[in-house]
Amino acid sequence: MSIRRRIVTVVSAFAVVTAVVIVWAPTVGSTSISLARVFDTSIPWADNVDAQIFFVARLPRVLAASLVGATLAAAGVVLQAMLRNPLATPFTLGVSAGAALGAMLAVIFQLEVGVLGISSVPIMSFAGSLVAIGIVYALASSQKRGLSTNVLLLAGVTLNSFFSALILFVQYLADFTQSLRAVRWLMGDLDVGSYRPIVGAAPFIIAAFAVFAILPRTLNLLSMGDDVAAARGVEVVRAQRWAFLSASLATGAAVSLGGPVGFIGIIVPHLVRLLVGSDHRIVLPAGTLFGAAFLVMCDLLARTIMAPLEIPVGIITALIGGPFFLWLLVKKS
Amino acid sequence: MPTLLWADNVSFRYAPAGPQVVDGVTIRISDGALVGILGPNGSGKTTLLRLLSGTRRPSSGRVLLGPDDLTNLSRRDIARRIAVVPQETELAFEYSALEIVLMGRHPHLGLFTVEGPADIEIAMAALSATGTAPLAGRLFHTLSGGEKQRVVIAGALAQSPQLLLLDEPTASLDLGYQLEVSTLLQRLNRDQAVTMAISTHDLNLAASICRELILMRDGRVIAAGPTNDVLTPEHVRVLYDVEADVHVHHDTGHLTVVPVRRVPR
Repeated sequence: MSIRRRIVTVVSAFAVVTAVVIVWAPTVGSTSISLARVFDTSIPWADNVDAQIFFVARLPRVLAASLVGATLAAAGVVLQAMLRNPLATPFTLGVSAGAALGAMLAVIFQLEVGVLGISSVPIMSFAGSLVAIGIVYALASSQKRGLSTNVLLLAGVTLNSFFSALILFVQYLADFTQSLRAVRWLMGDLDVGSYRPIVGAAPFIIAAFAVFAILPRTLNLLSMGDDVAAARGVEVVRAQRWAFLSASLATGAAVSLGGPVGFIGIIVPHLVRLLVGSDHRIVLPAGTLFGAAFLVMCDLLARTIMAPLEIPVGIITALIGGPFFLWLLVKKS
Repeated sequence: MPTLLWADNVSFRYAPAGPQVVDGVTIRISDGALVGILGPNGSGKTTLLRLLSGTRRPSSGRVLLGPDDLTNLSRRDIARRIAVVPQETELAFEYSALEIVLMGRHPHLGLFTVEGPADIEIAMAALSATGTAPLAGRLFHTLSGGEKQRVVIAGALAQSPQLLLLDEPTASLDLGYQLEVSTLLQRLNRDQAVTMAISTHDLNLAASICRELILMRDGRVIAAGPTNDVLTPEHVRVLYDVEADVHVHHDTGHLTVVPVRRVPR
Protein backbone atom coordinates (compact mmCIF):
# COMPACT_ATOMS: atom_id res chain seq x y z
CA MET A 1 0.00 0.00 0.00
CA SER A 2 1.41 3.40 -0.90
CA ILE A 3 2.21 5.82 1.89
CA ARG A 4 -0.47 8.28 0.82
CA ARG A 5 -3.05 5.52 0.66
CA ARG A 6 -2.15 4.34 4.17
CA ILE A 7 -2.43 7.87 5.58
CA VAL A 8 -5.83 8.44 3.95
CA THR A 9 -7.19 5.04 5.00
CA VAL A 10 -6.13 5.21 8.64
CA VAL A 11 -7.17 8.82 9.15
CA SER A 12 -10.55 8.18 7.46
CA ALA A 13 -11.20 5.26 9.79
CA PHE A 14 -10.55 7.48 12.82
CA ALA A 15 -12.76 10.20 11.29
CA VAL A 16 -15.69 7.82 10.89
CA VAL A 17 -15.46 6.57 14.48
CA THR A 18 -15.22 10.12 15.82
CA ALA A 19 -18.16 11.33 13.73
CA VAL A 20 -20.32 8.48 14.99
CA VAL A 21 -19.38 9.22 18.61
CA ILE A 22 -20.12 12.93 18.24
CA VAL A 23 -23.56 12.33 16.71
CA TRP A 24 -24.47 9.52 19.07
CA ALA A 25 -23.27 11.06 22.36
CA PRO A 26 -25.92 13.83 22.57
CA THR A 27 -28.67 11.21 22.36
CA VAL A 28 -27.48 9.60 25.59
CA GLY A 29 -28.41 11.10 28.95
CA SER A 30 -30.83 11.06 31.81
CA THR A 31 -33.70 11.64 29.36
CA SER A 32 -33.57 9.37 26.35
CA ILE A 33 -34.24 11.02 23.00
CA SER A 34 -34.56 9.71 19.46
CA LEU A 35 -32.34 10.96 16.65
CA ALA A 36 -35.21 10.52 14.18
CA ARG A 37 -37.36 12.91 16.19
CA VAL A 38 -34.49 15.35 16.66
CA PHE A 39 -34.08 15.78 12.91
CA ASP A 40 -37.80 15.54 12.12
CA THR A 41 -38.47 18.99 10.60
CA SER A 42 -42.23 18.42 10.49
CA ILE A 43 -42.39 18.98 14.25
CA PRO A 44 -42.26 22.70 15.17
CA TRP A 45 -39.17 23.64 17.24
CA ALA A 46 -41.24 24.74 20.23
CA ASP A 47 -42.91 21.30 20.46
CA ASN A 48 -39.84 19.21 19.68
CA VAL A 49 -38.44 18.51 23.15
CA ASP A 50 -35.99 15.95 21.74
CA ALA A 51 -34.49 18.55 19.42
CA GLN A 52 -34.28 21.09 22.23
CA ILE A 53 -32.45 18.68 24.51
CA PHE A 54 -30.18 17.65 21.65
CA PHE A 55 -29.28 21.12 20.35
CA VAL A 56 -29.55 23.27 23.47
CA ALA A 57 -28.59 21.06 26.40
CA ARG A 58 -26.27 18.40 25.02
CA LEU A 59 -24.73 19.32 21.67
CA PRO A 60 -22.79 22.38 22.96
CA ARG A 61 -21.29 20.19 25.64
CA VAL A 62 -20.37 17.45 23.20
CA LEU A 63 -18.87 19.96 20.80
CA ALA A 64 -16.88 21.58 23.62
CA ALA A 65 -15.63 18.13 24.65
CA SER A 66 -14.59 17.26 21.11
CA LEU A 67 -12.86 20.61 20.58
CA VAL A 68 -11.00 20.43 23.91
CA GLY A 69 -10.13 16.74 23.45
CA ALA A 70 -8.91 17.25 19.89
CA THR A 71 -6.82 20.26 20.87
CA LEU A 72 -5.17 18.75 23.94
CA ALA A 73 -4.37 15.51 22.09
CA ALA A 74 -2.88 17.35 19.11
CA ALA A 75 -0.91 19.74 21.33
CA GLY A 76 0.41 16.70 23.22
CA VAL A 77 1.56 15.05 20.00
CA VAL A 78 3.28 18.22 18.80
CA LEU A 79 5.01 19.02 22.11
CA GLN A 80 6.17 15.44 22.71
CA ALA A 81 7.78 15.35 19.28
CA MET A 82 9.24 18.83 19.54
CA LEU A 83 10.70 18.25 23.01
CA ARG A 84 11.75 14.69 22.04
CA ASN A 85 10.10 13.66 25.29
CA PRO A 86 7.31 11.08 25.26
CA LEU A 87 6.24 12.12 28.75
CA ALA A 88 5.57 15.77 27.87
CA THR A 89 1.97 16.97 28.02
CA PRO A 90 0.30 20.20 26.84
CA PHE A 91 0.49 21.33 30.49
CA THR A 92 4.23 20.64 30.93
CA LEU A 93 5.27 24.08 29.74
CA GLY A 94 3.22 26.10 32.22
CA VAL A 95 0.28 27.05 29.99
CA SER A 96 -2.38 25.42 32.14
CA ALA A 97 -0.95 26.83 35.37
CA GLY A 98 -1.11 30.32 33.89
CA ALA A 99 -4.65 29.65 32.72
CA ALA A 100 -5.63 28.33 36.14
CA LEU A 101 -4.20 31.36 37.92
CA GLY A 102 -6.14 33.65 35.57
CA ALA A 103 -9.34 31.72 36.19
CA MET A 104 -8.77 31.75 39.97
CA LEU A 105 -8.31 35.51 39.95
CA ALA A 106 -11.53 35.93 37.98
CA VAL A 107 -13.50 33.66 40.32
CA ILE A 108 -12.15 34.88 43.62
CA PHE A 109 -11.96 38.61 42.97
CA GLN A 110 -15.18 38.40 40.93
CA LEU A 111 -13.63 40.31 38.07
CA GLU A 112 -15.97 41.59 35.39
CA VAL A 113 -13.92 41.50 32.23
CA GLY A 114 -16.28 39.56 29.97
CA VAL A 115 -16.31 40.51 26.30
CA LEU A 116 -18.52 39.46 23.36
CA GLY A 117 -20.84 37.65 25.73
CA ILE A 118 -18.06 35.40 27.02
CA SER A 119 -17.80 35.48 30.79
CA SER A 120 -14.74 36.66 32.68
CA VAL A 121 -13.45 33.24 33.78
CA PRO A 122 -12.55 31.98 30.29
CA ILE A 123 -11.26 35.41 29.30
CA MET A 124 -9.00 35.65 32.34
CA SER A 125 -7.92 32.05 31.97
CA PHE A 126 -6.90 32.64 28.36
CA ALA A 127 -5.08 35.82 29.38
CA GLY A 128 -3.26 33.85 32.11
CA SER A 129 -2.15 31.24 29.60
CA LEU A 130 -0.80 33.98 27.32
CA VAL A 131 1.21 35.41 30.22
CA ALA A 132 2.68 31.96 30.96
CA ILE A 133 3.51 31.36 27.28
CA GLY A 134 5.19 34.77 27.12
CA ILE A 135 7.34 34.14 30.19
CA VAL A 136 8.45 30.65 29.15
CA TYR A 137 9.11 31.75 25.57
CA ALA A 138 11.13 34.79 26.66
CA LEU A 139 13.26 32.66 28.98
CA ALA A 140 13.89 29.96 26.40
CA SER A 141 14.83 32.37 23.64
CA SER A 142 17.04 34.57 25.82
CA GLN A 143 19.92 32.27 24.89
CA LYS A 144 21.95 33.68 22.04
CA ARG A 145 21.16 30.88 19.66
CA GLY A 146 17.49 30.23 18.96
CA LEU A 147 15.26 28.36 21.33
CA SER A 148 16.50 25.99 24.00
CA THR A 149 14.17 23.04 24.56
CA ASN A 150 15.92 22.30 27.85
CA VAL A 151 15.20 25.79 29.12
CA LEU A 152 11.62 25.46 27.83
CA LEU A 153 11.15 22.34 29.95
CA LEU A 154 12.84 23.73 33.04
CA ALA A 155 11.07 27.09 32.81
CA GLY A 156 7.74 25.35 32.23
CA VAL A 157 8.08 23.01 35.17
CA THR A 158 9.25 25.82 37.46
CA LEU A 159 6.46 28.12 36.33
CA ASN A 160 3.96 25.32 36.99
CA SER A 161 4.96 25.07 40.64
CA PHE A 162 5.26 28.82 41.10
CA PHE A 163 1.80 29.45 39.67
CA SER A 164 0.40 26.59 41.75
CA ALA A 165 1.75 28.33 44.84
CA LEU A 166 0.09 31.57 43.77
CA ILE A 167 -3.17 29.69 43.18
CA LEU A 168 -3.05 28.25 46.69
CA PHE A 169 -2.34 31.70 48.08
CA VAL A 170 -5.26 33.28 46.19
CA GLN A 171 -7.53 30.45 47.34
CA TYR A 172 -6.45 30.93 50.93
CA LEU A 173 -7.67 34.51 50.71
CA ALA A 174 -11.03 33.48 49.28
CA ASP A 175 -14.21 32.59 51.13
CA PHE A 176 -15.64 29.10 51.14
CA THR A 177 -18.05 29.32 48.16
CA GLN A 178 -15.57 31.06 45.91
CA SER A 179 -12.90 28.57 46.83
CA LEU A 180 -15.24 25.70 45.99
CA ARG A 181 -16.09 27.28 42.63
CA ALA A 182 -12.38 27.67 41.93
CA VAL A 183 -11.64 24.04 42.78
CA ARG A 184 -14.52 22.95 40.56
CA TRP A 185 -12.99 24.85 37.68
CA LEU A 186 -9.68 23.08 38.22
CA MET A 187 -11.40 19.71 37.84
CA GLY A 188 -12.43 20.55 34.30
CA ASP A 189 -16.01 21.13 33.28
CA LEU A 190 -17.38 20.91 29.78
CA ASP A 191 -20.87 22.17 30.61
CA VAL A 192 -20.34 25.35 28.59
CA GLY A 193 -24.06 26.24 28.51
CA SER A 194 -24.12 27.72 25.02
CA TYR A 195 -22.28 27.81 21.73
CA ARG A 196 -20.76 31.20 22.44
CA PRO A 197 -17.63 30.11 24.39
CA ILE A 198 -16.97 27.50 21.70
CA VAL A 199 -17.14 30.15 18.98
CA GLY A 200 -14.83 32.33 21.09
CA ALA A 201 -12.14 29.67 21.50
CA ALA A 202 -12.38 28.24 17.99
CA PRO A 203 -10.41 30.91 16.03
CA PHE A 204 -7.29 30.41 18.17
CA ILE A 205 -7.57 26.66 17.89
CA ILE A 206 -8.14 26.81 14.14
CA ALA A 207 -5.10 29.08 13.72
CA ALA A 208 -2.99 26.62 15.71
CA PHE A 209 -4.21 23.69 13.63
CA ALA A 210 -3.25 25.57 10.47
CA VAL A 211 0.31 25.54 11.81
CA PHE A 212 0.03 21.88 12.91
CA ALA A 213 -0.87 21.00 9.31
CA ILE A 214 2.58 21.91 8.02
CA LEU A 215 4.50 20.24 10.87
CA PRO A 216 4.15 16.43 10.64
CA ARG A 217 7.17 15.50 8.49
CA THR A 218 9.28 17.99 10.44
CA LEU A 219 8.17 16.37 13.71
CA ASN A 220 9.31 12.97 12.36
CA LEU A 221 12.75 14.40 11.66
CA LEU A 222 13.02 16.24 14.97
CA SER A 223 12.68 12.91 16.74
CA MET A 224 16.08 11.96 15.26
CA GLY A 225 17.68 14.91 17.04
CA ASP A 226 18.27 18.55 16.17
CA ASP A 227 21.51 18.00 14.27
CA VAL A 228 20.18 15.24 12.04
CA ALA A 229 16.96 17.16 11.44
CA ALA A 230 18.96 20.23 10.41
CA ALA A 231 21.15 18.16 8.12
CA ARG A 232 18.02 16.70 6.52
CA GLY A 233 16.77 20.18 5.66
CA VAL A 234 14.71 21.25 8.70
CA GLU A 235 15.01 24.84 9.95
CA VAL A 236 15.08 23.49 13.49
CA VAL A 237 14.72 26.62 15.59
CA ARG A 238 11.99 28.04 13.40
CA ALA A 239 10.09 24.74 13.52
CA GLN A 240 10.41 24.53 17.32
CA ARG A 241 9.26 28.11 17.73
CA TRP A 242 6.14 27.56 15.61
CA ALA A 243 5.41 24.23 17.28
CA PHE A 244 5.69 25.69 20.78
CA LEU A 245 3.66 28.83 20.07
CA SER A 246 0.86 27.09 18.17
CA ALA A 247 0.53 24.18 20.61
CA SER A 248 0.56 26.54 23.60
CA LEU A 249 -1.97 28.96 22.10
CA ALA A 250 -4.33 26.08 21.30
CA THR A 251 -3.87 24.65 24.80
CA GLY A 252 -4.64 28.04 26.36
CA ALA A 253 -7.83 28.34 24.32
CA ALA A 254 -8.89 24.77 25.14
CA VAL A 255 -8.25 25.21 28.88
CA SER A 256 -10.20 28.46 28.91
CA LEU A 257 -13.11 26.53 27.39
CA GLY A 258 -13.10 23.35 29.47
CA GLY A 259 -10.67 23.85 32.32
CA PRO A 260 -7.41 21.95 32.72
CA VAL A 261 -8.69 18.50 31.80
CA GLY A 262 -5.72 16.30 32.57
CA PHE A 263 -4.14 13.29 30.92
CA ILE A 264 -5.84 13.62 27.49
CA GLY A 265 -2.65 15.15 26.10
CA ILE A 266 -0.57 12.17 27.12
CA ILE A 267 -2.89 9.14 26.95
CA VAL A 268 -4.24 9.83 23.49
CA PRO A 269 -0.91 10.38 21.69
CA HIS A 270 0.51 7.20 23.18
CA LEU A 271 -2.56 5.09 22.46
CA VAL A 272 -2.60 6.35 18.88
CA ARG A 273 1.13 5.61 18.43
CA LEU A 274 0.52 2.09 19.73
CA LEU A 275 -2.21 1.70 17.11
CA VAL A 276 -0.69 3.35 14.03
CA GLY A 277 3.08 3.77 14.56
CA SER A 278 5.02 7.00 14.90
CA ASP A 279 4.64 8.71 11.51
CA HIS A 280 3.26 12.10 12.55
CA ARG A 281 1.44 12.46 9.25
CA ILE A 282 -0.87 9.80 10.70
CA VAL A 283 -0.38 10.33 14.45
CA LEU A 284 -1.29 14.02 14.39
CA PRO A 285 -4.63 13.83 12.52
CA ALA A 286 -5.55 10.46 14.04
CA GLY A 287 -4.64 11.71 17.52
CA THR A 288 -6.73 14.83 16.99
CA LEU A 289 -9.78 12.79 16.00
CA PHE A 290 -9.23 10.20 18.71
CA GLY A 291 -8.76 12.94 21.31
CA ALA A 292 -12.16 14.37 20.36
CA ALA A 293 -13.90 11.01 20.57
CA PHE A 294 -12.09 10.07 23.79
CA LEU A 295 -13.03 13.19 25.70
CA VAL A 296 -16.64 13.03 24.45
CA MET A 297 -16.83 9.48 25.82
CA CYS A 298 -15.21 10.49 29.12
CA ASP A 299 -17.69 13.33 29.45
CA LEU A 300 -20.53 10.97 28.62
CA LEU A 301 -19.38 8.81 31.53
CA ALA A 302 -19.06 11.88 33.73
CA ARG A 303 -22.65 12.95 33.19
CA THR A 304 -24.27 9.49 33.28
CA ILE A 305 -22.28 7.27 35.63
CA MET A 306 -23.75 8.79 38.81
CA ALA A 307 -26.81 10.41 37.19
CA PRO A 308 -28.52 12.66 38.03
CA LEU A 309 -25.27 13.80 39.65
CA GLU A 310 -22.71 15.02 37.08
CA ILE A 311 -19.10 14.58 38.10
CA PRO A 312 -16.37 16.78 36.61
CA VAL A 313 -14.84 15.20 33.54
CA GLY A 314 -11.30 15.84 34.83
CA ILE A 315 -11.91 13.23 37.52
CA ILE A 316 -12.81 10.62 34.91
CA THR A 317 -9.78 11.38 32.72
CA ALA A 318 -7.50 11.33 35.76
CA LEU A 319 -8.95 8.01 36.96
CA ILE A 320 -8.27 6.51 33.54
CA GLY A 321 -5.09 8.47 32.91
CA GLY A 322 -3.23 7.94 36.19
CA PRO A 323 -2.97 4.16 35.96
CA PHE A 324 -2.31 4.42 32.22
CA PHE A 325 0.55 6.82 32.83
CA LEU A 326 2.10 4.47 35.39
CA TRP A 327 1.73 1.53 33.03
CA LEU A 328 3.51 3.59 30.40
CA LEU A 329 6.38 4.42 32.76
CA VAL A 330 6.82 0.77 33.67
CA LYS A 331 6.65 -0.30 30.03
CA LYS A 332 9.26 2.27 28.96
CA SER A 333 11.76 1.28 31.64
CA MET B 1 39.16 16.74 -10.03
CA PRO B 2 37.06 19.91 -9.56
CA THR B 3 36.60 21.26 -6.06
CA LEU B 4 33.21 20.37 -4.57
CA LEU B 5 33.48 22.10 -1.23
CA TRP B 6 35.91 24.84 -0.30
CA ALA B 7 36.26 26.19 3.22
CA ASP B 8 38.06 29.49 2.78
CA ASN B 9 39.86 30.67 5.93
CA VAL B 10 36.93 29.83 8.25
CA SER B 11 36.95 30.54 11.96
CA PHE B 12 34.30 29.84 14.56
CA ARG B 13 33.65 30.48 18.22
CA TYR B 14 30.53 29.31 20.10
CA ALA B 15 30.37 32.32 22.43
CA PRO B 16 31.44 35.85 21.44
CA ALA B 17 34.16 35.89 24.09
CA GLY B 18 34.90 32.17 23.85
CA PRO B 19 37.92 30.48 22.31
CA GLN B 20 38.32 30.02 18.54
CA VAL B 21 37.23 26.42 18.15
CA VAL B 22 38.05 26.54 14.46
CA ASP B 23 40.84 28.96 13.66
CA GLY B 24 41.53 30.04 10.09
CA VAL B 25 40.97 26.69 8.40
CA THR B 26 41.21 26.37 4.62
CA ILE B 27 40.42 23.02 3.03
CA ARG B 28 39.26 21.77 -0.34
CA ILE B 29 37.28 18.62 -0.91
CA SER B 30 37.34 17.55 -4.53
CA ASP B 31 34.72 15.55 -6.35
CA GLY B 32 34.98 11.85 -5.58
CA ALA B 33 37.38 12.34 -2.67
CA LEU B 34 37.48 10.29 0.50
CA VAL B 35 38.98 12.65 3.04
CA GLY B 36 39.71 11.93 6.67
CA ILE B 37 39.72 14.76 9.20
CA LEU B 38 41.95 13.61 12.03
CA GLY B 39 42.67 15.12 15.38
CA PRO B 40 42.49 14.58 19.12
CA ASN B 41 39.34 15.26 21.16
CA GLY B 42 38.60 18.97 21.20
CA SER B 43 40.63 19.69 18.07
CA GLY B 44 37.59 21.22 16.34
CA LYS B 45 36.77 18.33 13.97
CA THR B 46 33.09 18.18 14.82
CA THR B 47 32.71 21.96 14.69
CA LEU B 48 34.47 22.04 11.33
CA LEU B 49 32.00 19.44 10.02
CA ARG B 50 29.13 21.63 11.27
CA LEU B 51 30.57 24.56 9.33
CA LEU B 52 30.99 22.38 6.26
CA SER B 53 27.37 21.18 6.49
CA GLY B 54 26.08 24.70 7.08
CA THR B 55 24.39 23.84 10.40
CA ARG B 56 26.65 26.51 11.93
CA ARG B 57 27.79 29.69 10.24
CA PRO B 58 31.46 30.62 10.41
CA SER B 59 32.30 33.71 12.51
CA SER B 60 34.61 34.69 9.67
CA GLY B 61 35.55 33.22 6.32
CA ARG B 62 33.17 31.37 4.04
CA VAL B 63 32.27 27.89 2.88
CA LEU B 64 31.61 27.48 -0.84
CA LEU B 65 29.65 24.54 -2.24
CA GLY B 66 30.51 24.66 -5.93
CA PRO B 67 29.95 28.34 -6.72
CA ASP B 68 27.50 28.97 -3.84
CA ASP B 69 28.26 30.40 -0.41
CA LEU B 70 26.48 28.16 2.13
CA THR B 71 25.29 31.27 3.99
CA ASN B 72 23.10 32.13 0.99
CA LEU B 73 21.50 28.70 0.74
CA SER B 74 18.46 27.53 2.71
CA ARG B 75 18.72 24.44 4.91
CA ARG B 76 16.61 22.62 2.36
CA ASP B 77 18.89 23.60 -0.54
CA ILE B 78 21.95 22.46 1.39
CA ALA B 79 20.30 19.19 2.44
CA ARG B 80 19.70 18.30 -1.21
CA ARG B 81 23.45 18.44 -1.77
CA ILE B 82 25.11 17.61 1.57
CA ALA B 83 24.12 14.80 3.93
CA VAL B 84 25.43 14.23 7.45
CA VAL B 85 25.88 11.03 9.46
CA PRO B 86 26.28 11.56 13.22
CA GLN B 87 28.25 9.39 15.61
CA GLU B 88 25.09 7.94 17.09
CA THR B 89 21.38 8.28 16.49
CA GLU B 90 18.81 7.98 19.25
CA LEU B 91 15.17 8.18 18.30
CA ALA B 92 12.50 9.69 20.51
CA PHE B 93 9.87 7.41 18.94
CA GLU B 94 9.82 4.08 17.18
CA TYR B 95 10.35 4.07 13.43
CA SER B 96 11.14 1.26 11.00
CA ALA B 97 14.43 1.28 9.11
CA LEU B 98 12.55 2.10 5.90
CA GLU B 99 10.82 5.06 7.56
CA ILE B 100 14.20 6.38 8.73
CA VAL B 101 15.63 6.09 5.23
CA LEU B 102 12.56 7.71 3.66
CA MET B 103 13.05 10.70 5.97
CA GLY B 104 16.16 11.35 3.89
CA ARG B 105 13.82 12.37 1.06
CA HIS B 106 12.53 15.31 3.12
CA PRO B 107 14.47 18.09 1.33
CA HIS B 108 13.25 16.83 -2.06
CA LEU B 109 9.56 16.84 -1.12
CA GLY B 110 7.09 19.73 -1.14
CA LEU B 111 5.30 20.82 2.02
CA PHE B 112 2.36 18.47 1.61
CA THR B 113 3.92 15.99 -0.81
CA VAL B 114 4.00 12.36 0.27
CA GLU B 115 6.84 10.07 -0.83
CA GLY B 116 5.92 8.47 -4.16
CA PRO B 117 7.16 5.33 -5.95
CA ALA B 118 10.33 7.13 -7.14
CA ASP B 119 11.24 8.09 -3.56
CA ILE B 120 10.61 4.56 -2.32
CA GLU B 121 12.81 3.23 -5.12
CA ILE B 122 15.62 5.59 -4.06
CA ALA B 123 15.21 4.52 -0.42
CA MET B 124 15.29 0.83 -1.35
CA ALA B 125 18.41 1.39 -3.46
CA ALA B 126 20.05 3.12 -0.47
CA LEU B 127 19.11 0.19 1.78
CA SER B 128 20.58 -2.25 -0.76
CA ALA B 129 23.77 -0.20 -1.13
CA THR B 130 24.34 -0.40 2.61
CA GLY B 131 23.37 -4.06 2.87
CA THR B 132 20.36 -3.28 5.03
CA ALA B 133 17.53 -4.14 2.61
CA PRO B 134 16.53 -7.19 4.71
CA LEU B 135 16.10 -4.86 7.72
CA ALA B 136 13.67 -2.47 5.98
CA GLY B 137 10.64 -3.51 8.04
CA ARG B 138 12.48 -3.83 11.37
CA LEU B 139 12.08 -1.21 14.08
CA PHE B 140 15.22 0.91 14.32
CA HIS B 141 15.71 0.45 18.06
CA THR B 142 15.80 -3.35 17.69
CA LEU B 143 18.86 -3.15 15.39
CA SER B 144 22.48 -3.64 16.48
CA GLY B 145 24.87 -0.68 16.61
CA GLY B 146 26.41 -1.51 13.24
CA GLU B 147 23.03 -2.07 11.62
CA LYS B 148 21.73 1.23 12.99
CA GLN B 149 24.71 3.11 11.62
CA ARG B 150 24.30 1.48 8.20
CA VAL B 151 20.61 2.42 8.17
CA VAL B 152 21.46 6.02 9.07
CA ILE B 153 24.04 6.04 6.26
CA ALA B 154 21.32 4.71 3.94
CA GLY B 155 19.10 7.61 5.04
CA ALA B 156 21.89 10.03 4.19
CA LEU B 157 22.31 8.38 0.77
CA ALA B 158 18.56 8.72 0.18
CA GLN B 159 19.10 12.47 0.29
CA SER B 160 20.89 11.95 -3.05
CA PRO B 161 23.71 14.22 -1.86
CA GLN B 162 26.86 15.26 -3.70
CA LEU B 163 28.77 15.11 -0.45
CA LEU B 164 28.50 12.93 2.64
CA LEU B 165 29.94 14.24 5.92
CA LEU B 166 30.45 11.67 8.67
CA ASP B 167 31.20 12.64 12.25
CA GLU B 168 33.15 9.85 13.95
CA PRO B 169 30.86 7.27 12.34
CA THR B 170 32.55 4.31 14.01
CA ALA B 171 33.45 5.79 17.40
CA SER B 172 30.68 4.05 19.33
CA LEU B 173 30.96 0.72 17.54
CA ASP B 174 32.92 -2.38 18.50
CA LEU B 175 35.74 -3.68 16.30
CA GLY B 176 33.56 -5.89 14.12
CA TYR B 177 31.05 -3.14 13.37
CA GLN B 178 33.88 -0.63 12.86
CA LEU B 179 35.26 -2.82 10.10
CA GLU B 180 31.76 -3.36 8.68
CA VAL B 181 31.02 0.37 8.49
CA SER B 182 34.46 1.43 7.24
CA THR B 183 34.38 -1.19 4.49
CA LEU B 184 30.92 0.05 3.52
CA LEU B 185 32.14 3.64 3.30
CA GLN B 186 35.09 2.65 1.14
CA ARG B 187 32.82 0.66 -1.17
CA LEU B 188 30.28 3.51 -1.48
CA ASN B 189 33.07 5.89 -2.40
CA ARG B 190 34.54 3.53 -4.98
CA ASP B 191 31.42 2.00 -6.55
CA GLN B 192 28.88 4.81 -6.20
CA ALA B 193 31.30 7.74 -6.47
CA VAL B 194 30.02 9.28 -3.21
CA THR B 195 32.33 12.08 -2.08
CA MET B 196 33.00 11.82 1.66
CA ALA B 197 34.68 13.63 4.49
CA ILE B 198 35.02 11.61 7.68
CA SER B 199 36.06 13.04 11.00
CA THR B 200 37.69 10.51 13.28
CA HIS B 201 40.36 10.07 15.89
CA ASP B 202 41.00 6.52 14.79
CA LEU B 203 44.28 6.75 12.88
CA ASN B 204 44.13 3.21 11.58
CA LEU B 205 40.59 3.60 10.30
CA ALA B 206 41.64 6.76 8.49
CA ALA B 207 44.79 5.10 7.13
CA SER B 208 42.84 2.12 5.85
CA ILE B 209 40.13 3.91 3.89
CA CYS B 210 40.99 7.60 3.34
CA ARG B 211 43.07 8.66 0.36
CA GLU B 212 43.64 12.13 1.79
CA LEU B 213 43.97 13.35 5.34
CA ILE B 214 43.53 16.69 7.07
CA LEU B 215 45.21 16.81 10.46
CA MET B 216 43.78 19.22 13.04
CA ARG B 217 44.88 20.34 16.44
CA ASP B 218 43.58 23.26 18.51
CA GLY B 219 41.29 24.37 15.69
CA ARG B 220 44.10 24.65 13.12
CA VAL B 221 45.14 22.50 10.19
CA ILE B 222 48.59 21.09 10.86
CA ALA B 223 48.99 19.14 7.67
CA ALA B 224 46.87 18.08 4.72
CA GLY B 225 47.47 15.90 1.69
CA PRO B 226 47.64 12.30 0.47
CA THR B 227 47.48 9.82 3.34
CA ASN B 228 50.89 8.29 2.66
CA ASP B 229 52.57 11.71 2.77
CA VAL B 230 50.73 13.07 5.78
CA LEU B 231 50.60 10.14 8.15
CA THR B 232 54.15 10.29 9.53
CA PRO B 233 55.51 9.67 13.04
CA GLU B 234 56.31 13.41 13.27
CA HIS B 235 52.71 14.39 12.57
CA VAL B 236 51.32 11.80 14.97
CA ARG B 237 53.61 13.23 17.62
CA VAL B 238 52.41 16.78 16.96
CA LEU B 239 48.77 15.68 16.95
CA TYR B 240 48.63 13.46 20.01
CA ASP B 241 51.95 13.94 21.86
CA VAL B 242 52.54 10.28 21.26
CA GLU B 243 55.58 8.63 19.80
CA ALA B 244 54.32 6.16 17.24
CA ASP B 245 55.61 3.58 14.86
CA VAL B 246 54.09 4.04 11.39
CA HIS B 247 54.62 1.29 8.88
CA VAL B 248 52.93 -0.41 5.96
CA HIS B 249 50.97 -3.44 7.09
CA HIS B 250 52.21 -6.42 5.07
CA ASP B 251 48.78 -7.96 4.71
CA THR B 252 46.46 -4.99 4.04
CA GLY B 253 48.99 -2.77 2.27
CA HIS B 254 47.99 0.41 4.07
CA LEU B 255 49.69 2.35 6.80
CA THR B 256 49.33 1.18 10.37
CA VAL B 257 50.02 3.30 13.41
CA VAL B 258 51.23 1.69 16.60
CA PRO B 259 51.48 4.07 19.56
CA VAL B 260 54.69 3.52 21.49
CA ARG B 261 54.86 6.04 24.32
CA ARG B 262 53.51 9.35 25.48
CA VAL B 263 55.91 12.28 25.07
CA PRO B 264 55.76 15.72 26.71
CA ARG B 265 54.22 18.40 24.54
